[in-house]
Amino acid sequence: MIRIENLVKTFGTKRAVDGVSFTVERGEVVGFLGPNGSGKSTTMRMITGFYPPTSGSVTVGGHDVAESPLDAKRLIGYLPESAAAYPEMTVESFLTFAAAMRGLKGEAQKKAIARVVERCFLSSVRRQSIDTLSKGYKHRTCLAQALIHDPEVLVLDEPTDGLDPNQKHEVRNLIRELGRSKAVIFSTHILEEVDAACTRAIIIDRGRIVAQGTPAELRAMSATAGAVTLEAQGATAEKLSALGRVESLDGVFRIYPRDASQAAVLAAAIIELVSREGWKVRGMFSERGELDEVFRRITLPDTVKQ
Amino acid sequence: MNALWIIARRELAGYFNSPVAYVFLVIFLLVAGFLTFTAGAFFERGEAGLGAFFGWHPWLYLVLVPAVGMRLWSEERRAGTIELLLTLPVTTWQAILGKFLASWLFLALALALTFPVVLTVNVLGEPDNGAIVAGYVGSLFLAGAYLALTCMTSALTRNQVVAFILAVVLCLFLILAGFNPVTDLLVRWASPAVVDTVAAFSVVTHFDGFQKGVLDTRDLLFFVSVIGFALFATGVIIRSHRAG
Repeated sequence: MIRIENLVKTFGTKRAVDGVSFTVERGEVVGFLGPNGSGKSTTMRMITGFYPPTSGSVTVGGHDVAESPLDAKRLIGYLPESAAAYPEMTVESFLTFAAAMRGLKGEAQKKAIARVVERCFLSSVRRQSIDTLSKGYKHRTCLAQALIHDPEVLVLDEPTDGLDPNQKHEVRNLIRELGRSKAVIFSTHILEEVDAACTRAIIIDRGRIVAQGTPAELRAMSATAGAVTLEAQGATAEKLSALGRVESLDGVFRIYPRDASQAAVLAAAIIELVSREGWKVRGMFSERGELDEVFRRITLPDTVKQ
Repeated sequence: MNALWIIARRELAGYFNSPVAYVFLVIFLLVAGFLTFTAGAFFERGEAGLGAFFGWHPWLYLVLVPAVGMRLWSEERRAGTIELLLTLPVTTWQAILGKFLASWLFLALALALTFPVVLTVNVLGEPDNGAIVAGYVGSLFLAGAYLALTCMTSALTRNQVVAFILAVVLCLFLILAGFNPVTDLLVRWASPAVVDTVAAFSVVTHFDGFQKGVLDTRDLLFFVSVIGFALFATGVIIRSHRAG
């Protein structure tokens, strides 16, 4: 549904987005990760037609955003990073405005408003003016606006920013649910959200894609991925080191597999060793890899050099 | 076309959702009344016409129209709602025209509420009501020209106050270009052609005809051109913000 090719956006001499290409299909939830100022919002603004690209193209549902912006915009629901809404309007009148702009009238309009009010938990503030709302409610009002026409493509810029943990949980569930029938791309810098909601993640740094894959694939890039942590009475590093490189700290050992093929059988080998030696196991688990470690390793080095 | 009216309706409702609209209407009517009856010596003139009323409009609008229009784009940019508005399925022109028309309608309402002055002059004498209608049409276009310029300055900045001041300066230039003391000054050292050219940019010169009851297409064209140019410039400014 979203097809981006060689997208470039420059502001003065700065290349905010520098040759980004990817696609998002229906049924996918793509997490868009990156440090602040990496070009996430700029990319999203080009998808939604707010910024014209310096070069490259964005196609949404077969419509080129630069050439037939209205057709493309009709398919998109967009939550901007600012989550801005007209402060003097009430939630209801704001949603009515959004629905009317999307061509919804009469009964269809009422239904659409009722649906998003329920989905975004806004019924208690329906008649309240937006400037009196707390940040979480404001955010959800803007999210409701993005969902009002049941769009096929959702572009959400930091949809969980400023929400409390319960609301974050709800919004993630909502995103996952919407992702079954729509093409969803959302940006975040909360890595646990990638696990919670994404089918795929793209990591962008200084305008370029530096990694992409399913959450599991990204996690496998972590240095600790596949390592086994063992806490057992009687265990010694010498004996464990036969299986792989061992790190020990306060009687807790972490054994790293020598290579990927060994990773799958490492745990079994350790269990065998433990039972042969008769160690008393207090705890043992396999590391799946840490996303934030991957994220830091991919995006940090250059930042530190500067 | 539909989207244009939805935007205009939202914008117009925005005026009435806050006390600003009512405060503005009251101030507008009070100042218009003061200028007409006290400063304009309406009764002492002994004329059955609204010269004392319309004559003040270029000055009256100088402050009041920028006050109405200053928030149009600067507030959208400050609050970030411009991103929301322009990613809805509308063209930039629909958004610009919708907002402009909403404010213009609001000014038209303010102007319409001055109807008692028409009643007064009709009770007291037998004025040329055709000239009065022409005066109102001219006044509306005058307000439209100021408003379009305010749209433009409003698109330039996030700060409403800056937008207001820039708009007042631009509108003041349009008045002074044809203001007698200024043209008299110009006559001393510039050729008559230059004086005429400068004066041709003046709203006062073009508004005069309407007051006299003359609906000259050239005058109308002047105001329409100013509005067209300023709104076009607004579009260019808004595009340039996004182009980076």
